[in-house]
Amino acid sequence: MANLIVSLSPHAHGNDSVERNMYGVIIALIPALIVSFLYFGVGSAIVCGTSVIACLFFEWAITKFLLKREKSTILDGSAIITGILLGFNMPSNLPIWIIIIGALVAIGVGKMTFGGLGNNPFNPALVGRAFLLVSFPAQMTTWPEAGQLASYTDATTGATPLAIMKDAIKSGDASVLNKLPDSLDMFLGNPGAGFGAGCIGEVCGAALILGLIFMLWKKIITWHIPVSIIGTVFVIAGLMHLANPIYANPVAVILSGGLLLGAIFMATDYVTSPMTAKGQIIYGVAIGFLTIVIRNFGSYPEGMSFAILIMNAFTPLINTYCKPKRFGEVAKK
Amino acid sequence: MKTFTFRIGGVHPDENKITAEVATKVAALPKQAIIPLSQHIGAPAKAVVKKGDKVKAGTLIAEAGGFVSAPIFSSVSGTVAKVDMAVDASGYRKPAVFIDVEGDEWEESIDRSDKLERLSDHPELTPEEIVNRVRANGVVGMGGACFPTSIKLTPPPTAKAEWVIINGVECEPYITADYRLMMEHADEILEGVEILMKAVKVDKGFIGIEDNKPKAIELFNQKVKFHPNIKVVPLAKKYPQGGEKQLVDAVVRRQVPAPPAIPVNVGAVVQNVGTAFAVYEAVMKNKPLFERYVTVTGKKLANPGNFIVRMGTPMKQLIEACGGLPEGDNKILAGGPMMGKALPTVDVPVVKGTNSVTILTDDDAKRKEPNPCIRCAKCVSACPMGLEPFLLATLSAHKDWERDEKEDIVSCIECGSCQFTCPAHRPLLDNIRTGKQTVMGIIRARAAEAAAAKKAAEEKAAQAAK
Repeated sequence: MANLIVSLSPHAHGNDSVERNMYGVIIALIPALIVSFLYFGVGSAIVCGTSVIACLFFEWAITKFLLKREKSTILDGSAIITGILLGFNMPSNLPIWIIIIGALVAIGVGKMTFGGLGNNPFNPALVGRAFLLVSFPAQMTTWPEAGQLASYTDATTGATPLAIMKDAIKSGDASVLNKLPDSLDMFLGNPGAGFGAGCIGEVCGAALILGLIFMLWKKIITWHIPVSIIGTVFVIAGLMHLANPIYANPVAVILSGGLLLGAIFMATDYVTSPMTAKGQIIYGVAIGFLTIVIRNFGSYPEGMSFAILIMNAFTPLINTYCKPKRFGEVAKK
Repeated sequence: MKTFTFRIGGVHPDENKITAEVATKVAALPKQAIIPLSQHIGAPAKAVVKKGDKVKAGTLIAEAGGFVSAPIFSSVSGTVAKVDMAVDASGYRKPAVFIDVEGDEWEESIDRSDKLERLSDHPELTPEEIVNRVRANGVVGMGGACFPTSIKLTPPPTAKAEWVIINGVECEPYITADYRLMMEHADEILEGVEILMKAVKVDKGFIGIEDNKPKAIELFNQKVKFHPNIKVVPLAKKYPQGGEKQLVDAVVRRQVPAPPAIPVNVGAVVQNVGTAFAVYEAVMKNKPLFERYVTVTGKKLANPGNFIVRMGTPMKQLIEACGGLPEGDNKILAGGPMMGKALPTVDVPVVKGTNSVTILTDDDAKRKEPNPCIRCAKCVSACPMGLEPFLLATLSAHKDWERDEKEDIVSCIECGSCQFTCPAHRPLLDNIRTGKQTVMGIIRARAAEAAAAKKAAEEKAAQAAK
C-alpha cells in the first residue's frame, strides 16, 4: 500500500490564489486601457507598453541577479499591474527613457528593495510616479490634448481640468471654471467634446467604475476604501463649493484628475492598505481629505498620489490600533 | 424560508455531500475490536477487564478515570485478548482493550426493541436520574469534541440555562452521518431533546439545520408539531456554523464571551443531534454508547456510504467495505476536510467521536506551495472569531507569545477558515495552533503558580497565627 499523506487541518482550500486576484485586477483595468487607446492612440500604447515591459524586466533581473532567488515572480501578475498603473499615471507624450527610469524606481526602489510582493510599504507605481514628478516636473506636467491618435512626443499639449480648477482658485475668479468640460463628458470620456488633457488612465470615469464593479463582484476588493475616499471628497468639495464658488463643484472634482483611478486601483492595493474594515475607512477618509487639501491649497494641481503615499505610511499604525470586533464583544440584541 | 446565521466571518467550502441520499447500512462486526480507553476530553478511563475475561456488547470494560471522564463499554461480545497500546486518531499510541469477537450477544439490561418511548410516559425520570443514566452509559458529545455530556447537563451554579440548542448543522463538507441520523431517527432525536431539556430544566429547545438539508428541515417541521416546546431554526449554509459559539449566535443572537466563558454563560446548552440520539438510547433503552453513525466517503471511493459502526472497528475494514483505498496518493481523515485529523495508518479504530472517514486523493490530498503574504486581509474577513489570523500566525512563528496572548489567540476555534481562504496558501493555522497551545500552557502555568503562592501565603499566615 502506498504511503498515506499526513498534515494538519484544514485539508481543503478555497482555490483562491495570488494570481487569480492579480489577474482579476488586470482584467478590471482593461476597459480603462481600451479607452486610453481610443484617446491617446500610439502615445498610450508606447507609454503603457514600455512601462509594463520595463517593470517585468526589472522584477525578473533583480530577482535573478541581485536577490538570487530561483523562483521567478514575474508571472504572479503584480509587476504587470504596477506597469499598467505607472503608465496610467503618465502623460501620453513621455519619452521612453523617462518611463524606464520610472519603472526602475517603481520596481527596484518601491518593491524589490523591501523583499518583493507583500513587503513594500508604499504602492510601487506611486513611488515611481512621485519620483518622476519631482525629477522631471516639466515633462510630467504637460499633457497632450486627447484625440491625437497618431502622435507621440509631437502631440499638442493642453490644459487639464485640474489646471483649470487651480487657475480659478489662484485668480479668485469663478468664471474660469466655465472652461471645464461637462461632467457627463468627463464621466463617459468623450474626446470630441473638448475634454482637454490628462494622464493616460484618468480620462474616463465610466471605464474605471466598470473595473470597480468587476473587482467588487469577484470579491477581489471590498467597497470600504473606494467609497470612503469618493464620499469624503464629495462632502468636503461640496462644502467648499457652497462656501465659495471659486472651488469647482464636487462632481467635477471627483471626475477630474486621478481621483477615481487612485481610489479604485491604487489606494486599494492589498499590500499597502489597512487590514480591517474600520482601518480601511479611516484610511479612505484621510486620503480624500488630504487630496482636497493638496489640490486646493498646495502647489501641485493633483494631490491623489501624494495623499495615498502619505496614508501608506500610516497603514502600519492604523493596523496596530484598528482591530476587528472580536467575537463576544458584540452587544446583546 | 427565513434563515439565520452567525454574524462574523465564515467561508463556503464545496459541500461534496456524496453520501447524503445513501441509506445507512449496519457495518459488519470486526474480527477484533480495538477499544481505546481515551475516547473523550478529560482523564482516560481505567480498564476493569483483563486478558481472558468474557464480555458482551454493553459490558463495562473501563470506568471513568475522574470527574471529567466517561466510562467505556464493550461494543462486541467475545474474549478480551489483551490490554495494550494502539495508535488512535491523534497518531499517538494509547492504551486500548483488544477484544476477539465471538458471536453477537448483548447485555440483557439493554432494551433492543424499536418501540418509541416517550418522556411523557416516564414521570419517574427526574433531572437527576436522567443525568445519572447519561453519565453511567458513557455518553459524550458526538459532534467530534467528545466532552462528557453529563457535565454539560450540570451547569455551574453561576450560570442559568435558558435553552437547549441542538446542532443539526453538519457544516463540514463530505460528512452526512448526522443528516442520515436525522432522516432515519427523527422521533428518537426529538425525544432525546425533550430529555435534555428536562435534565437542564428549561422549556425551550431549538434545532438548527442548514438550508442545504431541506428534507431534514421539512421532516423536523412536521415532527415538532407534537413537541410544542421545540422549534426548528433553518440556517443559511456557512462554515463553521456547527461551531458551538457560532451556532448559539446564529440561533439566539447571543455571543459567548472570550474563554473561559462557555455557551451556558449566555444561557445555551448546545448538543449535537447524535448526542440527543445517544441520550435517548441511554435513558430510555439503557443502551450504553458503543455504536454510532459514521460516513465513509471520498470522491474516488468506489462505494461511499453511511454505516452504523461498533466502536473499535478498524477503519481499514470500513474502507474495504466501500471498495478499498483508491489508486494514487491518499489522505485518510477521521472527520471532514476542514477539521478532520489525518491518520498515519488505516488500523485506527472508530471511537465515540468518529463521525466520518473521509478519503482525499491526489491533488485534494496535497497542499500547495505557500507564497508570501500579500496582506489582502481575506483571512481577517473569514475569521468567525473576529481575530487577525495573519498577525497571530506571524507572531507565533516569531515566538512572541506575550503579544499572541494580547491579540486573543486563545479565542481561536481552529476551524481553518483563514487557511482555507488564503490566496497565498500560507499555513496560517499550523502556526496559530502552536501559538495557541503555548499560550494556553503559559496561562495554566501562571494560574498554577498563583494558586501555589496563595497556598504558601495562607500556610504562613496560619503558622504566624499559631
